[in-house]
Amino acid sequence: MKIIDTFRYASDAATGNPLRTSLLILAMSIGVAAVVILTALGDGARRYVVGEFSAIGTNLVIVLPGRSETRGFNPANLITNTPRDLTLNDASALLRLVGVERVSPILVATTEINASGKLREAMLLGTNADYILVRKQKLALGRFLTKGDLGHGAAEVVLGAVIRREIFGTENPLGKTVRVGDRRLRVIGVLSEGGQGMGMTTDELLIVPVATAQAMLNTNTLFRIMVEARSREQIGEVKARVLKMLTQRHEGEEDVTVITQDAVLKTFDKILNVLTLGVAGIAAISLAVAGILVMNVMLVSVAQRTAEIGLLKALGATSASVRQLFMVEAVLLSLTGAVVGVGLGYLGAAILRSFYPTFPAYPPLWAVLAGLGTALFSGLVFGVMPARRAAQLDPIQALSKR
Amino acid sequence: MADAESLIALNGIERTFYLGDSQVHALRNVNLTISRGEYIAVMGPSGSGKSTLLNLIGLLDRPDAGTYQLEGRDVTTLVPDELAKVRSERIGFIFQSFHLVPRLTAAANIELPLTLAGIPAAERTKRVEQALKEYGLTDRAQHRPNELSGGQRQRVAIARATVQRPAVLLADEPTGNLDRVTGEEVVRLLEALNAQGMTLIVVTHDQALGARARRQIIMEDGNVLSDVIRAPDQAT
Repeated sequence: MKIIDTFRYASDAATGNPLRTSLLILAMSIGVAAVVILTALGDGARRYVVGEFSAIGTNLVIVLPGRSETRGFNPANLITNTPRDLTLNDASALLRLVGVERVSPILVATTEINASGKLREAMLLGTNADYILVRKQKLALGRFLTKGDLGHGAAEVVLGAVIRREIFGTENPLGKTVRVGDRRLRVIGVLSEGGQGMGMTTDELLIVPVATAQAMLNTNTLFRIMVEARSREQIGEVKARVLKMLTQRHEGEEDVTVITQDAVLKTFDKILNVLTLGVAGIAAISLAVAGILVMNVMLVSVAQRTAEIGLLKALGATSASVRQLFMVEAVLLSLTGAVVGVGLGYLGAAILRSFYPTFPAYPPLWAVLAGLGTALFSGLVFGVMPARRAAQLDPIQALSKR
Repeated sequence: MADAESLIALNGIERTFYLGDSQVHALRNVNLTISRGEYIAVMGPSGSGKSTLLNLIGLLDRPDAGTYQLEGRDVTTLVPDELAKVRSERIGFIFQSFHLVPRLTAAANIELPLTLAGIPAAERTKRVEQALKEYGLTDRAQHRPNELSGGQRQRVAIARATVQRPAVLLADEPTGNLDRVTGEEVVRLLEALNAQGMTLIVVTHDQALGARARRQIIMEDGNVLSDVIRAPDQAT
């Protein structure tokens, strides 16, 4: 029997019982659609988190004061393990390292802003002129902080978009004087709206020179130092050099933590990929159930078509052709279900995206292929038994039935 | 050794079924030689072994002992796939309940043996068309079995059985499900095929139908009770 005829006969047999066929296709498509939608969710979550984290800049190495390591209590810790603070001098030293493009010291505190008779709580961020380049943010108005000596703080401030709107409304704030804490600062710029990063919006920030912030807060420490490597390849070397330099500057004590954006990204990526895989695995169970359903339906079909199978044999069909006919039918049913399921899955993901536009719920290609493959595979595996049963039918008994 | 003229030569055929503990001897030491172009009626009460004999000649069943030569070739030793090929090319079956595939049209039912044999589509169409014309079914070609009358259904079944030009046509109660008039039509059709040289073996309960055959084999308890060839002058 020719392959094309086998396919035609099998598809005729499948469409000959539309209710049975459509129910089976529905079951299979729900399984595949579940895989597609759930992996779209999982992968969407991964992309969302990775995207958020990438938004803080590129090729970043971040220095935190203190060891992020838990140690047992030891009397020696009392003497040796008091972490030294990060200072502006540390930041200036890092800028001289090979492979470092930019350095941004960061100091954060809550404060109040007072202008035009309005008072508001706001987040104070002390940093330098390079910050806007490191964090890849944009200005809506004016200019950013003045370049110059880190230790010399000018009396100037850049406003977040929300602060500007709430204090000044539609008025032009450039050149105006605002009171922040106990200082009077001149507004030199406004950040554009929608800046994101590390779960924090930039819309409610007041950005001032780091020395000014230190003076306002009466401190000489830093919250973070952000170091931008020249290229992605140099991140590892820069991290090692930063750690070495700071250890030297801190009298041989390794009392800072250096993390790379890359490492954090990779960790998130890994965790969320495992999550997606797990979710896909759960969805695959429904595919296995659909596969068993294929077997059940095919067994019933063999029982119903006993006389037909006997006839085929009497007309000269070999056992192999009979087996092929039923295998092809099982595979056609599963494959149609799988294709419908992929369609449903993409539709479901599109609906999700239309409800939550910021959430990138796109089904990953590997999941779609795996869904299709599993459906095909289960059709093959669960089609074998019914097809063998059909092929082994005794034609005499099969024909005498009816 | 059977002579070259004989189409079917059965020698010492035994067939025993086991039903639980009891043995049923469906065929006991059956010896039979059938020549090309014969018209044979196999008669006998239920359980006499006539259907088993037909299945055996049709290669759907195998004997437990004895030899069966079809066109001079020993077919008792063939493997299942070879048997399927012989069935496909040399044997045509006609059943009491027609056994048409309900979801296929009359044309597709007739085409089925050709499809199974792997014959190219263009030639299949040509041969099916010819068969439809020969059996007066051209205007029924696209009808499904449930849209056909009993006589038409059996005509489709006969067309299907003969589309491969088999050497022998085996009919099991071909008129059993038909009324007298359509039954008569179907028998005439079969006899016309026989007149063209096709060997025809009919299994039947119907004495009147059996009496029309030139050679009558009567079976009982798995034995051939009588095997009578009518004198040619008595034939009509």
